[in-house]
Amino acid sequence: MGLLTALFSGLLFGVGLMVSGMANPAKVLGFLDIAGQWDPSLAFVMAGAIAVGSVAFLLAKRRKKSLLGRSIQIPAGKQVTLRLVMGSAVFGVGWGLAGFCPGPALVAMGAGFPKAWGFVGAMLGGMVVFEIIERAKLTRQQA
Amino acid sequence: MSIDISNFTPGLSLTGGVMIGIAAAVLVLFNGRVAGISGILGGLMNLPQKDAGWRVAFLAGLVGAPVLASLLGNPIALDIGAGWAEVVAAGFLVGIGTRYGSGCTSGHGVCGISRGSMRSLVATATFMASGILTVFVTRHLFGG
Repeated sequence: MGLLTALFSGLLFGVGLMVSGMANPAKVLGFLDIAGQWDPSLAFVMAGAIAVGSVAFLLAKRRKKSLLGRSIQIPAGKQVTLRLVMGSAVFGVGWGLAGFCPGPALVAMGAGFPKAWGFVGAMLGGMVVFEIIERAKLTRQQA
Repeated sequence: MSIDISNFTPGLSLTGGVMIGIAAAVLVLFNGRVAGISGILGGLMNLPQKDAGWRVAFLAGLVGAPVLASLLGNPIALDIGAGWAEVVAAGFLVGIGTRYGSGCTSGHGVCGISRGSMRSLVATATFMASGILTVFVTRHLFGG
């Protein structure tokens, strides 16, 4: 059952990205280009998603278990760290270069665009590099 | 600044946004998990993968969405203006940046802000600012 709800969530998420225009890099770049011909549409995506999301998270926080009886795992961190800010800044540079963030890139990959496959391959590469660096740090700390 | 009215799609964007919000609601209320795509993907690289199932199912839905749309006669139209070198560099930066930053547009921008997280608000403001700056530099300082 959990697999079905997760599959449905992913599917609906993907459809939402397509309907909203968020899956189209040209539209994303038009939103980020505030100095040029600015297309404010994607602010409406955020508004719509957050309006529904805030109700959902309010309900989720009140529950001990999910509707399927799972533990509810919501990040508890409160501290704004340099690592968070630097990582987000680097992510933004990549986002602004190609107009893809992770979700839309996966949708475009599913649609069969070769450059989206290239993007996702490189993105996984970046994530692997993160894992290697972090695991090496961990090993050094334990040694 | 001028508003690009010809490409402005407030209705469709709001509708799509609501769908994304419902998707995130389903995942947190049924599975108890946050719909943050970089985190869902990155979590698959962390052994032991006792909770790999829901991650794979969610990602399959995401990647399958355009396939389904195509089968229903609505293939997605999108325009990737960046060249191959830019695409690969961008992918790498997005991969490593979202892992160090603990999230992306979905995890911080949608879910994090929805639950009132200060970390997510700061992260979102940061990647929006650096994205805007990057587009400014590539389009208006060096681009033509």
